[in-house]
Amino acid sequence: MTGGYYSIEQVFHVKAGDFASAGEASSQIKKILKQLGIDSTLVRRVSIAAYEAEMNLVIHSVGGELKLKVTPQSIVVTAEDKGPGIPDIDLAMQEGYSTAPEIARELGFGAGMGLPNIKRCADRLNIQSKVGEGTLLEIYFDIKAR
Amino acid sequence: MKIEEIRDLLNAKLLTGEDLLDREVFSACASDLMSDILSYVKKQTVLLTSLTNAHVIKMAEILDVTAIVFVGGRTPAQEIVDMAKKMGIAVLATEYTMYEACGRLYSAGLPGCTRES
Ligand SMILES: Nc1ncnc2c1ncn2[C@@H]1O[C@H](COP(=O)(O)OP(=O)(O)O)[C@@H](O)[C@H]1O
Ligand SMILES: [Mg+2]
Repeated sequence: MTGGYYSIEQVFHVKAGDFASAGEASSQIKKILKQLGIDSTLVRRVSIAAYEAEMNLVIHSVGGELKLKVTPQSIVVTAEDKGPGIPDIDLAMQEGYSTAPEIARELGFGAGMGLPNIKRCADRLNIQSKVGEGTLLEIYFDIKAR
Repeated sequence: MKIEEIRDLLNAKLLTGEDLLDREVFSACASDLMSDILSYVKKQTVLLTSLTNAHVIKMAEILDVTAIVFVGGRTPAQEIVDMAKKMGIAVLATEYTMYEACGRLYSAGLPGCTRES
């Protein structure tokens, strides 16, 4: 990005089990990033990660928030929920590991590739989780000077 | 490969995207797992799947998929087709099974997607 300073922050509420509106937050995020003129490859990476994080909130959590923060240097997507938490993060990060219920699998979810996909798309990923308290996912993307 | 050629090779019905028939795709991805699709699909790709729920279309939008082919004689509900139409994604339906549909496109020279690094 050249010139203009901007910094935006937007919060989306994501409901547990609400498959009908699942994906809307990520779709909004994609629109916002496009409007900001962010490079299309980066928009794609952020959108894919946001989508996986949003679906995890819908499928696995009691509900939570997806947050987008954009500054001239970086994009940060945060997914935060209040439970149930991830007992073993290393295991959850493994490709193919999934505890997704049948209702999600019928729709094509539950490949156990979400967290690995997020990691692959991101420049940095921070996951914190505590059983009974919740999960915090911070997904960082650098905006490279061009 | 143009969407038009895909339609002909798969003897498919075009459900929406008349104006997209001469759009070009450079690769194809076939899967019934959302996250697989999310990790493989590239830009200007045709997606082959037997999932016909609304999530496929939402995901296709996130990924900038050019066209979706529903295989094995599956036809999506009209609202799904309308959604894709709004997003500018071509939708086709073929009677060929996943295996045969993929084989036909691959033999005609359309390569598969490889995972993004
Ligand atoms: N927000 C979350 N809250 C609780 N558990 C989660 C959350 N996100 C992921 N998990 C756990 O990590 C596993 C792997 O997640 P992921 O890689 O996205 O695969 P999938 O969603 O297909 O199961 C999930 O099956 C679930 O057990
Ligand atoms: Mg997931």
